[in-house]
Amino acid sequence: MSILTAILTLALIAALFGLLLGYASVKFHVEGDPVVDKIDAILPQTQCGQCGFAGCRPYAEAISSGEAEINLCPPGGETTMLALSDLLGVEPLALDAEHDDIPEKTVVYIDEETCIGCTLCIQACPVDAILGAAKQMHTIIESECTGCDLCIPPCPVDCIHIKPVKVEPDTWRWPLPDHVSTAPQAG
Amino acid sequence: MSLNSRHLWHFHGGLKLPSNKAVSTIKPITRALLPKRLVIPVQQHIGEAGKLLVKVGDSVLKGQVLAQASSYVSASIHAPSSGKVVEIEELPVPHPSGLSALSVVIETDGEDKWIELSPLHHPNTKSPTELRQLIRQAGIVGLGGAAFPTAVKVNTGPHAEIDTLIINGAECEPSISCDDMLMRHYASEVISGCGLIQYIVSAKHCLIAIEDNKPEAIAALRAVITEKALHTIEVVVVPTIYPTGGEKQLIKVLSNKEVPSDGFPSDIGVLVQNVGTAVAIHKAICLGEPLISRIVTITGEGVQQAHNMEVLIGTPMSELIEQSGGYHDDAAKLIMGGPMMGFTLQTDHLPVTKACNCLLVSNAAEQTADAMPCIRCGACATVCPAQLLPQQLYWHASSKNFDLVQEYHLFDCIECGCCNHVCPSQIPLVQYYRFAKTEIWNQERDRIKSDHARIRHEFRQQRLDREKKERDEKLRKKKELLAKKKIAEAETKKTADETTEIDPKKAAIEAAMQRVKDKKSAQQTATTNLTSATESSNEKSTQEQ
Repeated sequence: MSILTAILTLALIAALFGLLLGYASVKFHVEGDPVVDKIDAILPQTQCGQCGFAGCRPYAEAISSGEAEINLCPPGGETTMLALSDLLGVEPLALDAEHDDIPEKTVVYIDEETCIGCTLCIQACPVDAILGAAKQMHTIIESECTGCDLCIPPCPVDCIHIKPVKVEPDTWRWPLPDHVSTAPQAG
Repeated sequence: MSLNSRHLWHFHGGLKLPSNKAVSTIKPITRALLPKRLVIPVQQHIGEAGKLLVKVGDSVLKGQVLAQASSYVSASIHAPSSGKVVEIEELPVPHPSGLSALSVVIETDGEDKWIELSPLHHPNTKSPTELRQLIRQAGIVGLGGAAFPTAVKVNTGPHAEIDTLIINGAECEPSISCDDMLMRHYASEVISGCGLIQYIVSAKHCLIAIEDNKPEAIAALRAVITEKALHTIEVVVVPTIYPTGGEKQLIKVLSNKEVPSDGFPSDIGVLVQNVGTAVAIHKAICLGEPLISRIVTITGEGVQQAHNMEVLIGTPMSELIEQSGGYHDDAAKLIMGGPMMGFTLQTDHLPVTKACNCLLVSNAAEQTADAMPCIRCGACATVCPAQLLPQQLYWHASSKNFDLVQEYHLFDCIECGCCNHVCPSQIPLVQYYRFAKTEIWNQERDRIKSDHARIRHEFRQQRLDREKKERDEKLRKKKELLAKKKIAEAETKKTADETTEIDPKKAAIEAAMQRVKDKKSAQQTATTNLTSATESSNEKSTQEQ
């Protein structure tokens, strides 16, 4: 008798939890993959494709599914790689030798004398940072440019050039002191 | 010297340092000569740069607005003297980076002619909001060194009740004496400014905190208070321990209250303002004068004559040094600010800004030796007035572990330099913290920028998708239309055939058929007549037979 009660009770509890879980899976269903979002949030969003994927989100998806390593993002540099390794709990990997630890931030500008107004760069820009119309001179909206350089190859007259982002007193960073011997600043 | 009856507390750590102030307080404040060229950086404060209102070639009067505060946390700048705007260019500014920033250059005409001023004789008839507006228009920023817009700071919001207003005259950093001299010479202006701020924030008490190494300033202020019989303003003498003048440290000393790590003094009912700011507020409201000058201490072993000068904002530092007798032969470096918190300037061809309280010329002997490895003595933690662990911060900052430095409350560091001063290995600890802070801010800026780029990219993606869909839709519709047109055309062709081509044929055929019919019927009738005739004749013949 007592065994029967026990079995019935357990069966009841199992059924109850089953229903609860079933309800929760419907009610709290998450669209998409939250890990991809987290990875995407770390990536620098230059959409440059230097990782071999068509933008930051495809790369995030590839990392999430294990198709790509975490050290393929040159604009992100070491910081991004470390953040990814931290997020995913994987070993940090060395960046490709050709990339700097802290890449210099650049933007592009259009030599407006040479521009013929072909709109090819506008079509290439992943963040709509180029202003212009057919047969009208184009210009870069510098504040929106991510420095992905994707507009450079399509340009038929090579009028797009790279320049470093200007450092203002506001955005200037204190250098890391030389650890072993810190020379006094010369007057 | 009379001490206050008030009970005082201590903040953690701190240092007793040789003050080196006496040398610059012997002489009274001198007014710096009017320079030929004034260089006024548009951004001299924390927050956004102002919006330029003048252009090259404009004539300006003393006190005229050059750039207007562009947003809430911003400050206007004014012409320090009358003259002509000759240049608006990126010019070197006094900043540790040595970089340039947008500046307005005025060639002075020597007349020093004011714009029309509108002094307020009875400020108490105006509302605090109106007075805050006047402070904002006058471009006043905190003159203690941080240069945070004062109009923002005195707007403590509707919920914060300010119990105590603290006027900071501690001036704890060695060598600097500009606040000391200001209190001695402008005592009644300081008191007037205190009263105004007290009215604006409706503070019950006002405490003017002064370190005990400034007896003349204490006496001067106390004399004004007794003379005017003010009961809510009190001068409090605080012990000379560096950095008593730090906002949080001063609050701790006076009230034993601590400002929350991520909070403001107003959270605990306190507002702190510098004495120089109080005088600037007095000038702005009672005289209508914007902030166009300040008192600067010129001192150090490397300069001939140490003294305090009242200087127009934008005056080249080189001229101030010249008016102080020039450099000594052993002058090694020029520091803006004090020996503890100041930073080295690469050149003296820089303008004095609102934040410039002291120019310190040190000689070669003050140069520091090379840094040695950390021996973990812990002296830095003992002296830290913010109760941080400077050693931990140092390790994590040097290994660029920016999450951990924040866990160790990097942003509570006030960069006072106490840890630097006591470090037996002479490690430039503060520079590590500054490095970490600017790196973290940079990461934050990058994050904001990348989020923005992501939104733009996604928007573009959506737009392309939408355009493609629209194009497909259009194409589909066009095709449909074409197909319909074809069908319609075919139909019209058919009907047209029926009406134009088929009809005459049919008619012709019909007509022909009709004709045939007619012919046939005519023939038939003829034959029937014939047959009937023959039949009747036959009948006749048979009947006859």
